[in-house]
Formats: sequence, structure tokens, C-alpha cells
Amino acid sequence: MDSITEKIKRQSESTRKDRFGRTLSWTALTFIVLVVALIFAFVLSRGLNTFIANKVSVTDFLFGTTWNPSVVNPKTHQPFVGALPMIMGSFLVTFLSAIVATPFAIGTALFMTEIAKKRGAKIMQPIVELLVGIPSVVYGFIGLTVIVPFMRGVVGGSGFGILSGTIVLFVMILPTVTSMTVDTLKSVPRHYRESALAIGATRWQMIYKVILRAATPGILTAVVFGMARAFGEALAVQMVIGNAALMPTGLTTPASTLTSVLTMGIGNTVMGSLQNNVLWTLAMILLLMSLVFNLIIRMIGSKGELK
Amino acid sequence: MNAKLADKIATTVIYVIAGMVALVLFSMLGFILVQGLPHLSWHFLTSPALSFEAGGGIGIQLFNSFYLLVLAMVISFPIALGAAIYLNEYAKKSVWTNIIRTAIEILSSLPSVVVGLFGFLLFVVQFKFGFSILSGAIALSIFNLPLLTRSIETSLAQIPYLQREAGAALGLSRWETVLHVVLPAAVPSIVTGVVLSAGRVFGEAAALIFTAGQSAPALNFMDWNPFNISSPLSPMRPAETLAVHIWKINSEGIMPDLNLVSAGASAVLIIVVLIFNFSARKLGMKLFKKLTSS
Repeated sequence: MDSITEKIKRQSESTRKDRFGRTLSWTALTFIVLVVALIFAFVLSRGLNTFIANKVSVTDFLFGTTWNPSVVNPKTHQPFVGALPMIMGSFLVTFLSAIVATPFAIGTALFMTEIAKKRGAKIMQPIVELLVGIPSVVYGFIGLTVIVPFMRGVVGGSGFGILSGTIVLFVMILPTVTSMTVDTLKSVPRHYRESALAIGATRWQMIYKVILRAATPGILTAVVFGMARAFGEALAVQMVIGNAALMPTGLTTPASTLTSVLTMGIGNTVMGSLQNNVLWTLAMILLLMSLVFNLIIRMIGSKGELK
Repeated sequence: MNAKLADKIATTVIYVIAGMVALVLFSMLGFILVQGLPHLSWHFLTSPALSFEAGGGIGIQLFNSFYLLVLAMVISFPIALGAAIYLNEYAKKSVWTNIIRTAIEILSSLPSVVVGLFGFLLFVVQFKFGFSILSGAIALSIFNLPLLTRSIETSLAQIPYLQREAGAALGLSRWETVLHVVLPAAVPSIVTGVVLSAGRVFGEAAALIFTAGQSAPALNFMDWNPFNISSPLSPMRPAETLAVHIWKINSEGIMPDLNLVSAGASAVLIIVVLIFNFSARKLGMKLFKKLTSS
């Protein structure tokens, strides 16, 4: 009798294995979450140092237009740490490249899904997929050897600047946005197309009035995704933008972005100094912006679901 | 406007746009390959880089890239696999699961330069690993984890629920079902995902410039003891990769033949990514045929 109760109450071999596997996989997952938390903790604690330890005011930092952290402003006795030139630079290249890329991405995606399906699948699809995977330094190198000399010849000056950065980013995010748009267009149910054509719509009317409307949330997600990539891209932009931390006065004068100043500066400053802390604050802005992009994508997603 | 006319105009516009995009993309690939391929030679691929004179190669950088790729994969794959198994097989729909998914999504959208800076702060400075393969491999793993987790999870989710029920009906625990039923069925698409992510890791540079460093000291390829600093396997030596090399020589601008070297190195990067992309699909399909009866 006793042996039976014991046998029933005892944990089976399977349960033991299951516990083990569950714990193992749970540990892996927790590890990833821990890494995310650590990244936030480290970057925030370093980034906030500028405001806490060095007592730089947040508005001076965000809206100041002079960036020269190693020089002290004689009027305020604070170093020149206005980050607006870089913030402007980052937003300008991001928005400009997204604005240029969107119509091209939508047009190409429509071509691949609605107009020439066979050629789209055979020729465009593999190229777009390959280009999504091309390292960003390669884009930077092409920008440096093709676009910068071209801009120099056409508009004069050094050729470096926001326009060159925009073109490089445009080519870089185009495959990403296109392939995501293609996925969205493909997910529009077939009967939408059939019903539009059945009531006598031309192909363009079907595309414009039905398919694009139905795919709007997905296309927006693709564009925001591209923008997030453009905003965080470091090396390709750094190679062509000219790296002058000045307020952008035109599209063809050298400028800088948050990422370009970071890559140039972090190795040349002493840990814990103000010059170093302000760079971490720039990294913090990058981190927060990627949160914002995430939030926007989520909002678009939940709006799209409600429909 | 006449609807038919509008249709014609719009179709033409779409054709023109697609043509332009195809032209841009083609000419870009063509540019790199035409510029780079003639420069590729056994000498270029195996000899060390020269900073101040022409004729240097990319041998050490190429080795570093592959070594870092292997290490990063070895570190990130088990973690990503575990996380994906938990998310797909064990996690219930709850606020907590939702938060975890959000965290992974955030990690995947973080700019890689931020991941690199985090690696610099924690491993290079705090843990005193210095600019080393180890720091670089961990940073690359962090960069790779969210994407790999997502791709493995998708692979697992594609396996029909019937398979799990069959496992349970045989008296297997959930873990045994995962191990012996679900995973083998998912292997082809997991492999495809891993190889595709390898292509991305191979070309990553921003996460590495402050972790694996920007210098490639000479290596003694006869010495395979990982504890010697000049050994190719030593995890504590600084290791500039191919992608970092392209960035560095272009931003320094000292190397006399930097355009040729960059074009050659870019061509190598693209070819490797091409091989990864191509073999990912082939390998996946082959494994699928071998492991299933179809």
C-alpha cells in the first residue's frame, strides 16, 4: 500500500525533465530581459550624469546651438554643449530619406505584387532581399566614392553634407521599406482585389482606392521601421556627412548627426569627464528615440487592428 | 480625368519608379563587384594590411570576421534557442509575457552603435577585457540575440499543434516533446534563420569599433594555443574585422590605395552575404527534404 502511494506521489521522470527544460529556457529568456535592463541602466546612468553631476541644464543641452564641450562659455561658466546641431542633423537625414524612399518603395512594391508578379518575384525579390543584408559600411563606402564627388561636382563645396547623408540613407533603407511593404501588400486578401475589379474598377482604381487603403497601417509601419534604422545608422552616415558639429545652414554644407559625433568622440575622451558624459547623453537620446519609434509602430499596429 | 487614362498614367509611373529602383540597386551591386572583383587575389585575401603603403591585403581582418562570427553564434544561439522555446512553448498570454516581448522588440530596434557603447562600457572598461575578441563577440551576440530569438520562435510556431498533441498522447512531457518532436521538425527553418542572421553579423561594424577595437596586430598562424596573445585563437587580442577595416581606412584616409582595398573588401563582404543568403535557402530546403518524408 505504502509503496503505491509513494509511487504515485513521487515525481515522475518526465516531470523532472520538464521542470529542468522549463527552467533552462526560462533562464535564457530572463537573461535577454536582463541585458535590455542593463543597457538601459548603464546608458541612462551615464547619460544623466551631464545633468546631475555636471549640472548642465536640460534646455541648454537640447536647444543650445553651439557644440564645443572642451571650451567654457565665459558668460555662463558652462561648457558649450548645445546638442541641437546634431539632433537637427539626425532628424533631417531621417525624415528626408524616409520622404524620398516612401514613394519609391511603394511604387516598387506595387510593381512586384500587382503589376508584374513574375518579374517581381524572379528579379526584384532576390535583389531587394540581398540588399537588405548588405553591410552599412558598404553603403558608406559607395557614398564616399560616388555620391560625395558627384555632389562636389554638381553643387560645389566639399560634397559632404546632409544631402549626401540623405542619399546614402535613402538607398540603405529603400530595400528594407520595400520588402516590408511587399509583405503588407501580399497580406491584403485576394477577394478585396476581386471585388474591386468585379464592380468595374480599373487596376489603378483598385490599387489606389482599395489595396493602398487596406495596407496603410502596414506601409506606415514599414516607413517608421526604415526611419528607426536611418536614425540609428552610424558609420554610413558618418562617412559622408562631413562631421562638423554646426547648425545645418544648408543641405550641402558639412553637418553631423548624433551617431556620427558619438563614433568620432567616444574613443577620444576620458571616462567620467564632462566631454565624455555629454556623449553618453547623446547615446541616451538615441536610446529614447528608438523607444519612441517602437511606440509609434505599436500604435499604428493597434489602430490597424481595430479596423 | 478619364479612369482609363488615369490607369495608364499610373501604370507607367509605377513602371518608371520600379525601373529606377532596379537601376539604382543593380548599378550599386555592379559598381562594387566591378570595382572590387579585379582586385581580389590570393595575395589580397591572405596578406596582412599595410597602413602607409599600397599593396596590403585583408587576411587578418577576414580571419577576424569569421572568428568573431563563430564566437558570436556560439554564444547567442543557445540563449536565443532557449528564449524562443520558452516564449513559444511555455509562456502563457499575460502582461509579463507581453513585457518580455516588448523588451526583445526594443533590443532589436536599438541602434547597433548603442549596443557597441554598452559593450565598451561594461566589458572593455568595467570588466577590463580591453579591446578584444571577447568583448566584440559578446557585443555581437547582444546585437544578434533579439533577431535570432524572433526567427527561431517563428520557426517553432510554424510546427502544427497536432505534433505537440501527438507527443503528449505518447506520454511525453512538454520538454521531451519539444526536444524530440518539435525541434527536429523545425530544424530546416531554424537553420535558414541562423545562416541569414550570420550574414548580418558578418557585416556589422558599429557594434565592434569600440569593443573588438580598430587594430589588427600580426598573428602567428602556426600557433593555435588560445592562451598566447599572438595566436589567431586568442580571445583577448584586439581584432579589427573586415567591415570595421573598410570604415577605418576610409575615415583615416592615409592608405594610398584605400579605394582599391575598400572596393575589394566590400566585394568580399557582399559575396559572403550572397553566399549566406543563397546557402540559407538551399540548406534549409535540403534539410527539410532529408528530415521529412516529403
